[in-house]
Amino acid sequence: MKLTLRIWRQKDRDARGKMVAYDVDGLSADMSFLEVLDVLNERLTTAGEEPVAFDHDCREGICGACGMVINGVAHGPQKLTTACQLHMRHFNDGDTIDVEPWRARAFPVVKDLVVDRGAFDRIIASGGYISAPTGSAPDAHAMPVPKVDADSAFEAAACIGCGACVAACPNGSAMLFTAAKVAHLGALPQGQPERSSRAQAMLAAHDDAGFGGCTNTGECTAVCPKGIPLTVIGALNHDVLGAAVRNR
Amino acid sequence: MVVSGTRDRAASTTKATTPTPGRKAVYRSTVGAKSVMAVTGLLLLAFLVAHMAGNLKIFFGAESFDHYAHWLRDIGAPVLPHYWYLWIQRGVLTAAVVGHAWAATALALRARRARPVRYAHRPKVQGSYAARTMRWGGVLILLFIVWHLLDLTVGTVNPVGNPATPYANVVAGFAPSRWPVTLFYTLAIIALGFHVRHGLFSALRTLGQRTAKGEQRARVAALGFAVLLVAGFLVVPFSVLVGLVG
Amino acid sequence: MTTNPGEFVLGAPIADTRAPDGPLAERWTKRRSTGRLVNPANRRRLDVIVVGSGLAGGSAAATLGELGYRVRCYCYQDSPRRAHSIAAQGGINAAKNYRNDGDSVERLFHDTIKGGDFRSRESNVYRLAEVSVEIIDQCVAQGVPFAREYGGLLDTRSFGGAQVSRTFYARGQTGQQLLLGAYQALERQVNAGTVTMHTRHEMLDLLVVDGRARGIVVRDLETGAVTVDLADAVVLATGGYGNVFHLSTNAKGCNVSASWRAHRKGALFANPAFTQIHPTCIPVSGDHQSKLTLMSESLRNDGRVWVPAQAGDTRAPADIPEDERDYFLERRYPAYGNLVPRDIASRATKAVCDDGRGVGPGGRGVYLDFADALERLGRSTVEARYGNLFEMYERITGDDPYRTPMRIYPAVHYTMGGLWVDYDLRSTIPGLFVIGEANFSDHGANRLGASALMQGLADGYFVLPNTIGAYLADGPFPKLTPKHPEVASARAAVTDRVQKLLSIDGDRSVDSFHRELGKIMWEYCGMERTDEGLRKAIELIRSLREEFWTRVKVPGTGAELNQSLERAGRVADFFELAELMCVDALHRTESCGGHFRAESQTPDGEALRDDENFSYVAAWEYGDVPVLHKEELDFEYETPTQRSYS
Repeated sequence: MKLTLRIWRQKDRDARGKMVAYDVDGLSADMSFLEVLDVLNERLTTAGEEPVAFDHDCREGICGACGMVINGVAHGPQKLTTACQLHMRHFNDGDTIDVEPWRARAFPVVKDLVVDRGAFDRIIASGGYISAPTGSAPDAHAMPVPKVDADSAFEAAACIGCGACVAACPNGSAMLFTAAKVAHLGALPQGQPERSSRAQAMLAAHDDAGFGGCTNTGECTAVCPKGIPLTVIGALNHDVLGAAVRNR
Repeated sequence: MVVSGTRDRAASTTKATTPTPGRKAVYRSTVGAKSVMAVTGLLLLAFLVAHMAGNLKIFFGAESFDHYAHWLRDIGAPVLPHYWYLWIQRGVLTAAVVGHAWAATALALRARRARPVRYAHRPKVQGSYAARTMRWGGVLILLFIVWHLLDLTVGTVNPVGNPATPYANVVAGFAPSRWPVTLFYTLAIIALGFHVRHGLFSALRTLGQRTAKGEQRARVAALGFAVLLVAGFLVVPFSVLVGLVG
Repeated sequence: MTTNPGEFVLGAPIADTRAPDGPLAERWTKRRSTGRLVNPANRRRLDVIVVGSGLAGGSAAATLGELGYRVRCYCYQDSPRRAHSIAAQGGINAAKNYRNDGDSVERLFHDTIKGGDFRSRESNVYRLAEVSVEIIDQCVAQGVPFAREYGGLLDTRSFGGAQVSRTFYARGQTGQQLLLGAYQALERQVNAGTVTMHTRHEMLDLLVVDGRARGIVVRDLETGAVTVDLADAVVLATGGYGNVFHLSTNAKGCNVSASWRAHRKGALFANPAFTQIHPTCIPVSGDHQSKLTLMSESLRNDGRVWVPAQAGDTRAPADIPEDERDYFLERRYPAYGNLVPRDIASRATKAVCDDGRGVGPGGRGVYLDFADALERLGRSTVEARYGNLFEMYERITGDDPYRTPMRIYPAVHYTMGGLWVDYDLRSTIPGLFVIGEANFSDHGANRLGASALMQGLADGYFVLPNTIGAYLADGPFPKLTPKHPEVASARAAVTDRVQKLLSIDGDRSVDSFHRELGKIMWEYCGMERTDEGLRKAIELIRSLREEFWTRVKVPGTGAELNQSLERAGRVADFFELAELMCVDALHRTESCGGHFRAESQTPDGEALRDDENFSYVAAWEYGDVPVLHKEELDFEYETPTQRSYS
């Protein structure tokens, strides 16, 4: 199959970028979207042009490195799927496809489709953990966890930190990412001692990073490759407001 | 605030973001802004429900309706002098509208700053349209409120415009010849329905609704409320229009 | 180089001198309680560099930070959370015996030694089994959401044919959840200021001054700046080298460069030929293929593996009648059937495909059929057990496994070999420690399922933080500055190499070389190796390497984010490693674990070990001609036996 790709090209952080069109031929429906970019890059390289920079690593949908907005949708048209697992059988021969980086002030473009998601690490560093220094743990069975709590913690913990939620949010908010961690740790008995301070600190780090505020539009959960539910945001709100009320 | 720089350049600033934020910080946060939005929204919604219920008195005839309107001015009597309650309510509602609009503006400006470069390919709406029309819907509703106050409260744009005869004002206001007014009213109420549908769901979420089952219930409740309000508010002008009330 | 293919020199034997004497079960306690310690006030003056942020590196950096060392952690990804440990699906073993099914530290030790085909060190493996118990406690305390039963206690399952149920898991995302636990602990230390994280940085050389590892030369992948980071000790946690095969289940960025650079500076590389091939991966669908995806081993519990009985049968699977199918695993191994160990299943699959009976594009695949299971158990049970795997398969291939059999084929998955380390995880360069998949220590010639996560975390949380003190107690070491001649020259060498790669300006992409190298390795140094094939491979690798250094095209400059340049450096190192792998495979004329030499097999085609001549670790020293140092393996507690599954 043959496609026209219009890709955002930007030399570095400070450069101005623009969409550039490329025709790519000889593609197969069994290719993943990233393999199409590989084919394009191989061609650009041998022609002496600069290949398109994009983040990718595991190519099996779990590392969260890849991410691009494909025809206006983060990770492309297939639900619950990262760009690396999106296959070309979801496109038609002759399609024109727009490929853009995640757009957010807190995710500055580094080059082409590569963005800096360091803000996510800073949010986790601000409190997205349970303080359990190595060696201090009691026996794993010392504290049973009801299965429902363990399951809801797992559901939230499935987040891969790809940033699609931010890319899709009309407010440029990272609330789904932030709240997923708050909900994961807050659902477990081990997470209770730091529950309030964690939620507040992570929210402050989220806001400081320059992300927008959440208005519950649900665009984030619609594109989330792991289907993190919007309810996690309720858990964050609950913990933050609950703490504010209690501190009164 | 660190928005650029590779991780190691930013690392030294990470420590500074380890706060034990107090209550103030929460109110200044994005969650604080949307809590203001939620609380004021719920307040306005409560008013809307009462307002709608009161409107339906019109079906009991002019006397009943006008009596109801007069009674409103005497709520709280004899503790509160004549009109006092109404002015208190107006004060609270105005504060709620201002708070609601302030929070919306603050979040909208923040959203704009959060995405300085727009997408070349217009993003497809995957969530709900109700959620995506909150801001413009809100502005439309605000404009409508201004018109509505001038029409049926102050009476300056109403053909009758006599505060003593609300029934007559309504009947004259929605007379068939004034169909553009009725059309505007209808559109505004439908916009309000959309606004309430996402708004109520969103307010519950903001105030800590956090289970899947609760989410289902919140969605149903929000839709139910929206439909009820739209129907309750529209039945009056359409009854006037078709001559059921007159 | 003008040496003959496979030529090497025999050097002096080496031995692990750090493991204490005495009963096996008491060694680790003894080591911990007698090792030298570093005063907490002094830890603040000691710099430790950790390269890699996966299970081993992330947990080590976090724990060293907690102890108060000044830690700097490097990773090539944009966040430490993306390290490839995240992709591990199955689970993590621990000798908790929560099931009361007879598990114990001794049994896990025994299973690991036997699973490794008696090519690992008893002291190390025993310690691994011992520490496994603490790992689960640690991870639960961090909030890792392991699967639980209705009573609220942890669930376990039996994995990879183990007779006890000792594998803890978090759905199919155990690696992800464990890594995020380590990552969160790491970020907590970043916040506390004890660890500085450097993302998008790649280590391009090891700095050795006065015989000690004193730092690394790194390239900032975004700006291209090449800098030197100086420290008192360096810890490599840079993972395995499966990507030498180009197609593997590894992440695209996984590479051997950090280990290889250390090897060139004097660290011995042990058992490079020991690679594990996983039998159940989704087959290659065309030349564009960029990586292979693993399907969990658990599928073989209910799926039946078959191919058409006749070569060249191109009918759809549903059209092939039962009596014209060959359920070759059940036929050849009636006792174990479809559940034979990974290496055996992989080789049997290759054999039927070599026979011309493979299915799918290129004839490189066999059916894994769930028709019987669907009939026997019903769709809902099959869905509950494998639903997410079936979905993943359909997402990638477009085929629905409920209607048509899956196609699977083996793929390179894990490398048991790595830099040689002693009981303290010290390499042969003082001050250089190697942990996780990057070292060779615990899995012998074959790794058991659900043991990789265990080893990475054992090294990072518990072993290294306890053993590094004995070395650092001698520090801080004399202060160095970037102007020191050896520091400056190491930096200059890296810059020169980058420039060299950019200046070739040929006509072939890096990927095209990598693909070709991978094909050579898969063909001659993959599942089945022969003397003739390995010699041929060495010649092919050499000529391809020469071509690489004259024809590679690396566009762009060194002063920017340049992904072609990153890959070029990695592939250049893979060429050198590939040759050493072939030399190692060639010299070890026995078959053991994942290393199968066609010349050494039993009459019924199984791996035949040669304990008399090869019961040693092959530790290679870098040189124009590689030098082999043997570490003899003593089995005081275990008796080597021949595996049999027929």
